[in-house]
Amino acid sequence: MSPNTPKGAAALRADDVKPPEPAKGAKAMAGGLASWVDDRTGTAKPTSYLLKKVFPDHWSFMLGEIAMFSLVILLITGTFLTFWFVPSAGTVIYNGSYVPLKGIPMSEAFRSTVDISFDVRGGLIMRQLHHWAALLFTVSITVHMFRVFFTGAFRKPREINWVIGTILSLLAINEGFTGYSLPDDLLSGTGLRAAEGFMQSVPVLGSYMAFFLFGGAFPGEAIIPRLFTVHVLLLPAVIIGLFTAHIVLVAVHKHTQYPGPGKTNENVVGYPFMPVYLAKSGGFFFIVFGVTALMAALVTINPIWMYGPYDPTAGTAGSQPDWYMGFADGALRLFPGFTEFHVFGFTLSLNVFIPSLIVMPLLYTIAGAYPFLESWVTGDKREHHLLDRPRNAPTRTGLGVMAITFYLVLFIAAGDDLIAIKLGLSINQIVRTLQILLIVAPPLAYWVTKRVCMSLQRRDHDLVVHGRESGRIVRTAEGSFFEVHEPLPEFKRWALVQHETLTPLKLTARVDANGVERKSTRRERLRAKISGFYFADGIQPVAPAELAAAHHDGSAREAIEIGQEASEPEAGGQGFVGQLHGGADERPETDAYAHHEDRVDPGSTP
Amino acid sequence: MSEHGTESVGDPVNQPGASASPDQGRAHHPGQQLDEVPVEGSGGLPERFTNPGLPPHVPRSADLEEKAARRAERQVAALFSISMVATVIFLVAYFAIDQKTYTFIPGIGLASLSNIVLGVSLGISLLCIGLGAVHWAKTLMPDTEVSEDRHPQRSSDEARRDAVETIVAGGSASQMDRRPLIKYTLGGALGLFAIPLLVQLTGGLGPLPGAELSTTFWRKGMRLMRDPEMTPIKVSDVSLGSFFHILPEGIDKSAHPQEEKAKAAVVLISLPPAVIKVPKERDWGVDGIVAYSKICTHVGCPVGLYEHRTHLLLCPCHQSTFDVAQDCKVIFGPANRPLPQLKITVDAEGYLIAAAPFLQPVGPSFWERG
Repeated sequence: MSPNTPKGAAALRADDVKPPEPAKGAKAMAGGLASWVDDRTGTAKPTSYLLKKVFPDHWSFMLGEIAMFSLVILLITGTFLTFWFVPSAGTVIYNGSYVPLKGIPMSEAFRSTVDISFDVRGGLIMRQLHHWAALLFTVSITVHMFRVFFTGAFRKPREINWVIGTILSLLAINEGFTGYSLPDDLLSGTGLRAAEGFMQSVPVLGSYMAFFLFGGAFPGEAIIPRLFTVHVLLLPAVIIGLFTAHIVLVAVHKHTQYPGPGKTNENVVGYPFMPVYLAKSGGFFFIVFGVTALMAALVTINPIWMYGPYDPTAGTAGSQPDWYMGFADGALRLFPGFTEFHVFGFTLSLNVFIPSLIVMPLLYTIAGAYPFLESWVTGDKREHHLLDRPRNAPTRTGLGVMAITFYLVLFIAAGDDLIAIKLGLSINQIVRTLQILLIVAPPLAYWVTKRVCMSLQRRDHDLVVHGRESGRIVRTAEGSFFEVHEPLPEFKRWALVQHETLTPLKLTARVDANGVERKSTRRERLRAKISGFYFADGIQPVAPAELAAAHHDGSAREAIEIGQEASEPEAGGQGFVGQLHGGADERPETDAYAHHEDRVDPGSTP
Repeated sequence: MSEHGTESVGDPVNQPGASASPDQGRAHHPGQQLDEVPVEGSGGLPERFTNPGLPPHVPRSADLEEKAARRAERQVAALFSISMVATVIFLVAYFAIDQKTYTFIPGIGLASLSNIVLGVSLGISLLCIGLGAVHWAKTLMPDTEVSEDRHPQRSSDEARRDAVETIVAGGSASQMDRRPLIKYTLGGALGLFAIPLLVQLTGGLGPLPGAELSTTFWRKGMRLMRDPEMTPIKVSDVSLGSFFHILPEGIDKSAHPQEEKAKAAVVLISLPPAVIKVPKERDWGVDGIVAYSKICTHVGCPVGLYEHRTHLLLCPCHQSTFDVAQDCKVIFGPANRPLPQLKITVDAEGYLIAAAPFLQPVGPSFWERG
């Protein structure tokens, strides 16, 4: 017994488990605060669950983050702007520091916006940040939507989130419109003038709707304060509510992931939120904010002082809305005037009503309904957490590009006057061309995209079957030349062979219990037809048997009976790693460049 | 798909059950083309490749060498330091640079120095925090991929049954199904309660349009005034081929000048009388001087672009084109109706005046305009 050994009662306690040393300093404070909160809310478990949550990594997942972060920037800068902006159409005479406008009558809204730009310190930066962030918000939502569409991320269980997303996108562009209409400058007033025209075009109720919205005749003094409330209260509240639901559903579903080795439909592979995603995502917020600030510093946006206050008798050439309203404006420009009808003493102004008030909700409804259409066509009721590579869903990708093409033609049409001026072209010819393109280009884009997707699939197929060209040319003992193809490593190959290609649904005659044939319904026939449209020319991924056949014969173009042969050494495999390819031997007999001297004459077959 | 009968459309391959994963096998149909490569039989090989699992982790240099890790640490710290410096620059610039200082910046032109310095310093201060954090995460934080299991969204059958039972039991506990009187009156009350709110809102939003959309400020005898000078025009002032923006006399003194201007704006154009192809147009003008509403009949933008040589009026918003020589008929673009003409004449002092108000509504179409 050494002298240090405890004696007496202390000796009895020597083996006791010691309570952990209480933490000191900042750690203790944090721990104390955390346990204070947990004592009252019980949040320890959900907190650790969320902090451990795994997020997969891919650049395209940042698109939605850009939208989220620009929303935060909009809320911050927007709140700042409300402290100086005066939402009033009351007339005042300008007497601020921007000399060219001195003495000009204008609305309080316009004056306060000019004041923010010139007299509030750092005000212009906040205004430009707000406007740039709004453009970034709508751009990132749109591109995020494209990503989700083309990768099939809208499939079960995420259909609800897709619908929420489309509503958010629709609200975002309308929030943008109400925002840029507020300063009451010449450009935004022209936009409101057009909006009043849209309202008037509604059958039966039009003039009433316009008078209710504007509180009387256009422009009136009511529209600015009303738009202000809609812009800073109503729409943001709905957007934030839906955005929260959007994010909660992302957490509930867990993020989708791209196919790859180790990634299955039953797991999510990536990095935990704490610390990796906290740093990456939190850091990315600052990057988005920083880049927006740099844009706001260096690139002027919406210089309302150059447009001047709104005057209903003045117009400017080159009046364009912000980009996200471009497609609606383009639709107005392309929709022909002969669609206005005068019957029984009433005017039905479809040339305005359809492009201004029908096209936008219709496009969004189609977008929102797409997941349900596709799942009806495929009959696929499974959950999908692995994303599709766009090429592996050629019809969907084609349809998506078709929709984008339609949208783009409308968008280009919104700038037809600028195109005419800058390129010295005839505005009439541009409009006619775009009208034709609006009908012709989308189906063409569909067809081209689908073909490109299928070619890419075939390329993947070839890559898996033949391997990578190594550039090494080998001469065999017989004197023929081959290029050595290296087989794809297993981890690389997986991404190219993991997908499934659906086959069209077939109508099968059903015989009921009494032996009576039941005819398929029209709905079933339609479904089979659409299914054929989607999947008739599907390309199956390479199966192991096919690869084995290719290895075996150095050719993928032969039907094979695989048995024990599959395990035999590879033909021509004289110590080379990989396959031998590229020689004329590989070509099918029908090929003009094949070896014809040893071709067997069909007539002389024994 | 679950309704009886529709199964006939089904292909079992497409519905391999709720939880099948794509890497589980799916049968190839006999005779099916596999990218023009018929493969028959599988010879004991699996139908599909199997997932090889996560690739081996490749450590980064900062994981292997302390030197690289320290370098990364310094880089991150440098980025955070730059951010702090930029913040200080922002604060100094905020107080030091006058709002009215304009400087020539190459590539931008004359620009507000304050705006540029504040924005760039703010941008750099934010950007460096972000870049630092991301660099930290990419170099020093663990980069071993973690796999988390997913679970089907669907609740267990038991939980679903329980939920349905709770609802049904609650419904019957409230005696809703046994007491139809309550059910129907509740439905009625809930169906109606929102109506007062809607009525208040729509009823209070604005006045009824009445004749407002169909009338303008123009009255017989009003002088045509230049916009914005508000000076009258003598016939002798109007040279051949000239173009004037016009407002009615006294509109600036009216109760609602903006609203009146939005309807009453007019363009005055002087054409050689021989060019005018429509007799009514010539009769309503004065020696080839004609006045037309400036408000586009499409959605109401001011039709302010006049091409003197071709006598065309073009709307800057949606490019509707009106031929002044043909009574402002639409010759191109999305508008349908011609611009209404204002009948003008000359008063005793030689000034142009309106001979009559507009005889039809100006501006965009609406249902009851006729």
